[in-house]
Amino acid sequence: MTEPVLSVRNLQVEFASRRGTLRAIDGVSFDIAKGEVLGVVGESGAGKSVTGLSVIGLIDPPGRISGGEIRLSGLRIDNLPPEEMRRVRGKRIGMIFQDPLTSLNPLYKVGDQIIETIRTHLNLSETAARRRAIDLLAEVGIPAPDKRIDGYPHEFSGGMRQRVVIALAICAEPELIIADEPTTALDVSVQAQIISLIKRLGRDHGTAVMLVTHDMGVIAETSDRVAVMYAGRVAEIGPVQDVVRNPLHPYAKGLMGAIPTLAGEDKRLVQIPGSMPRLSAIPRGCSFNPRCGSAFDRCRVDRPEPLPRGTQSVACHLYDTAPAESAA
Amino acid sequence: MLAFTLRRAIQAIGVMIAVGIIAFSMFRFAGDPVNQMVGMDTSGAERAAIRKSLGLDDPVIVQFGRYIGNAAQFKFGVSYQFRLPVTNLLVERMPATLELAICATIFAMVSGILMGVYSALRRDSWLAHIFQAVSLIGISLPTFLIGVLMIYLFSVTLGWLPSFGRGDVVHIGWWTTGLLTLSGLKALIMPSITLGLFQMTLIMRLVRAEMLEVMRTDYIRFARARGLTTRAIHFGHALRNTMVPVITVAGLQFGSVIAFAIITETVFQWPGMGLLFVQAVQNVDIPIMAAYLMMVSLIFVTINLVVDILYTIVDPRLRSTVSRAH
Repeated sequence: MTEPVLSVRNLQVEFASRRGTLRAIDGVSFDIAKGEVLGVVGESGAGKSVTGLSVIGLIDPPGRISGGEIRLSGLRIDNLPPEEMRRVRGKRIGMIFQDPLTSLNPLYKVGDQIIETIRTHLNLSETAARRRAIDLLAEVGIPAPDKRIDGYPHEFSGGMRQRVVIALAICAEPELIIADEPTTALDVSVQAQIISLIKRLGRDHGTAVMLVTHDMGVIAETSDRVAVMYAGRVAEIGPVQDVVRNPLHPYAKGLMGAIPTLAGEDKRLVQIPGSMPRLSAIPRGCSFNPRCGSAFDRCRVDRPEPLPRGTQSVACHLYDTAPAESAA
Repeated sequence: MLAFTLRRAIQAIGVMIAVGIIAFSMFRFAGDPVNQMVGMDTSGAERAAIRKSLGLDDPVIVQFGRYIGNAAQFKFGVSYQFRLPVTNLLVERMPATLELAICATIFAMVSGILMGVYSALRRDSWLAHIFQAVSLIGISLPTFLIGVLMIYLFSVTLGWLPSFGRGDVVHIGWWTTGLLTLSGLKALIMPSITLGLFQMTLIMRLVRAEMLEVMRTDYIRFARARGLTTRAIHFGHALRNTMVPVITVAGLQFGSVIAFAIITETVFQWPGMGLLFVQAVQNVDIPIMAAYLMMVSLIFVTINLVVDILYTIVDPRLRSTVSRAH
């Protein structure tokens, strides 16, 4: 197999606070291959966004990456000097944020913001960059791009602004796009358009996409693989059909049970009791054990490590048939 | 855009008429002007004749209309002390005050913005802490005290700068300027700093607060995610977004700079309008006081108008709301 575009190994992110150091991300590992869309799903505070921000090197102090490594096409990027990391951002990793209404600088024409980004990363003349900006706007589906390029952000609707944001994220042909809740702030009808746009761009350019969302529907539609995160760890990761149809981790089962079906069965949606622990009070053993219906003694003592099981990988003692072997 | 400018201009005229009422009523509160013009032995008939020739027996509203009409043509009557048209006196003094006010504002803007940006971006550096301390001093020390202290240090002790006056001036038409001679420039330094110090600290604190605010916004985070250089983010994206409030404050403060120039001009014996006004107050020279009031109001109103128009240049969002309003 070829080298993955993004490879995250045992990532740890800590936030220093007055009450001590909080570990927001604790040993997260995953890969994303060229042209693949990895959905990252979980409750609020599970560490999805922090994972995305640490990949692009934008964790604000007091947060910091305290362990593990992040490789982009083999190059280690978690410890690059700031200036080199800046060159990676926008050029090799593009990012899309949640709220398109506030992502664009209100005082500059959208075209100028795109041209500025293009010229920061690519050695193009003003006119060439402008031509490229118009092409990009056309590619992300903005009508009459040669006119709209001179519009200001407030003259665009939310969905159109998110398209501009996407154009900005892909303007230097990055290998990886991190989309952090790209559809949460949009109308449902616009959501579908943006999702198919991201999917199409990933396919056309062979870009790897890390799609962070709490919307399982979005993941099911878009992603090739899905990582379910819980309390700063990956509970389960695998191909999207397998995880949706046959979730292994009790938490993933709970999440999938909470998706309403259109088939119209009058089944009550499953609810996961309780709520995710605060970072300062993560329980011993498996962090999910207080909410888990299948928890047993070992779950309250031992922290489960990810184990391969078929196409999936799951961090749960239920699937650890040979305890002695997994001790390593 | 034109409708907006026009509407603001009409509002400005309304304000000026209101100020005119106040200026006009000053004449009536300060007693009978005829008494101040004539001697003790002038007969009642002569007084009545003077009153009639000056139009003082007309109804108040007619007199007011005449006053406003003359004021609109920049005619403010004759000074009691100098026996010269007030307009000539003001025009003669205006260049000195405007040069001082402009130099003070430029000093305040440039150093205020630089210090503000620096102390926002390097919040924990020792220099930023020094700036904060200096700004506290600038805000709390009265202007005249700073002026007197500077005179003591730079004129009396060190002898580097002149302690009063404008130095040599050059006449360009009716305008006199101290900017073209060495002694004129040297004479400008201390008054400009004295006058601009308060504004500088105000702008510095404002820029610092606004920069910190803007640096937390999503579009700055997105700009960083786009890999823009730190320089482009700080000065291209963040600073421009802090400019709207800074323009407002700096613009409105320009009016107070001219008004506060009274104190600075007195301390440095600067031959400007402020000094003329102080002398007029001492001698109950109402025409000068009233004209000064009108002039300062006119400057305030004009600046307000210019600031409103400048907003729309800096912030494109206002352009469309402005045109949508009509």
